[in-house]
Amino acid sequence: MSSIDRRAFLKAAAATGAVAGFSSLTGCATTPASSGRVVVLGGGFGGATAAKYIRMWAPTIDVTLVERNAAFVSCPFSNRVLAGTMKLEEITVGYDKLGPRHGVRVVRGEAVAVDTAKQTVTLAGGNALPYDRLILSPGIDFMVETIPGLASAEAQQRVRHAWKAGPETAALRAQLEAMPDGGVFAVVIPKSPYRCPPGPYERACQVAYYFKSRKPRSKVLILDGNPDVQSKKGLFMAAWNGEYKGMIEYRPNHELQEVDARTGTAIFIGDRVRADVLNVIPPQKAGEIARRAGVVNVNNRWCDVDWLTMESRAAKHVHVIGDATQSAPGMPKSGHMANQHGKIAADAVIALMTGRAVNDEPMIANTCYSWVNDREVVHVASVHAYDKGQKTMIAVKGAGGLSPAASVKEGAYARAWADAIWYDLLG
Amino acid sequence: MRFSHVLAAALAVAPLAVQAQDAARDLAASCAMCHGTNGRSAGGNEPLAGMPKADLVRKFNEFRSGAKPATIMHQISKGYTDQQIDQVAAYFAAQKK
Repeated sequence: MSSIDRRAFLKAAAATGAVAGFSSLTGCATTPASSGRVVVLGGGFGGATAAKYIRMWAPTIDVTLVERNAAFVSCPFSNRVLAGTMKLEEITVGYDKLGPRHGVRVVRGEAVAVDTAKQTVTLAGGNALPYDRLILSPGIDFMVETIPGLASAEAQQRVRHAWKAGPETAALRAQLEAMPDGGVFAVVIPKSPYRCPPGPYERACQVAYYFKSRKPRSKVLILDGNPDVQSKKGLFMAAWNGEYKGMIEYRPNHELQEVDARTGTAIFIGDRVRADVLNVIPPQKAGEIARRAGVVNVNNRWCDVDWLTMESRAAKHVHVIGDATQSAPGMPKSGHMANQHGKIAADAVIALMTGRAVNDEPMIANTCYSWVNDREVVHVASVHAYDKGQKTMIAVKGAGGLSPAASVKEGAYARAWADAIWYDLLG
Repeated sequence: MRFSHVLAAALAVAPLAVQAQDAARDLAASCAMCHGTNGRSAGGNEPLAGMPKADLVRKFNEFRSGAKPATIMHQISKGYTDQQIDQVAAYFAAQKK
């Protein structure tokens, strides 16, 4: 391009910008016209991020966030609450900044129905919220009905999952505190995929850390439904064979068949384990509202999405993000991932509502920290890019990796990560 | 190329194209979980907002080559192209500290 052409091009580009700016103002003399309504269901790592980022990037779009809990409680770091080295309050963040700072309308309530033809959400109590675009960030529900002995509320009070942070975390911590020295804590892991692949192994470390200082004759049993450790294997094994030697035992290929909640017994093919504190992480599926919206279309469990837009492949104008999605290859179900799904969805929703092209080269950087004790941390990192041929996100070859060993330095970075990501979704 | 042709082409294409600025913004958003929304650090990790572009590009390349020691950025940096780094660095340089 010659310099004259270049100048002409810039002038032309400026002119189109002016035209676009003018057209968006027509029909509204005083306040900017709304360019549409977005409803977000679920204020976790995915939904809160999507709501905030849409408002940050496109303030003319009305955004309503529906959340049933009074405050956000982070699953990452909740294993430290079990260890007694962090308090529940320290992993809890309010929704109070999203309104004043970003203009997100936060509604505390529960969505009970979605009509994808009429484009409305119904809340418990009967109120209806119309939408132009719906973002579902429903997280996971537990398939307790698939485990004999775990279906009743009474059984679930005795055998906690603590796989959603909050009252469950506090209840499991109380069980650990009440357990006598010399007792056994058993954590039962479902077959993959499940929320937070390294989480159960981190939990074993955190409970062992607590036992080591307070109940040193106690044991931690890991009963894994999978044939091997699902994440950061070498790094976790180093802790189990190192500082927790003789305290943590790992048993693979333990797919749970039945629970006797009264005696705290987990039953497997060829093995029965009685524990003083039995912690069962049940198999999981997309949160119930996704099924009611008709977007659960993989194995009756997960939601298949277009990874350029996060739009459901089962219903138009409905986007699904976070753990509820049918994961892309090598992509864990995690809060960090959900946060980035939220940003991809935010940008795509804005593009689709304002008539611009969708970004066809989305990127995700993944960082996942696990605590092995009260100060040392290990990580796994990866970078994911959209592949136009395979039409999905894939891990970029040559990028990513693991910590060489647990370190105090990464403990400091992990704390900084938590502060940054909590702020990124709610600050 | 005549001005009128360029204008016509720009008018036809502009509303549909992904703005380069939006693409840079989207890329930069994948740094926010550690470095803060728009690179404004929530404390602990290095802030990126308002840093000179050349410094950001140089540091990133040093992470990539291994010249600058890191716990994680040497692994993350290998996932991005030179062009993406240039875009992200320009975006953060333009943000208020």
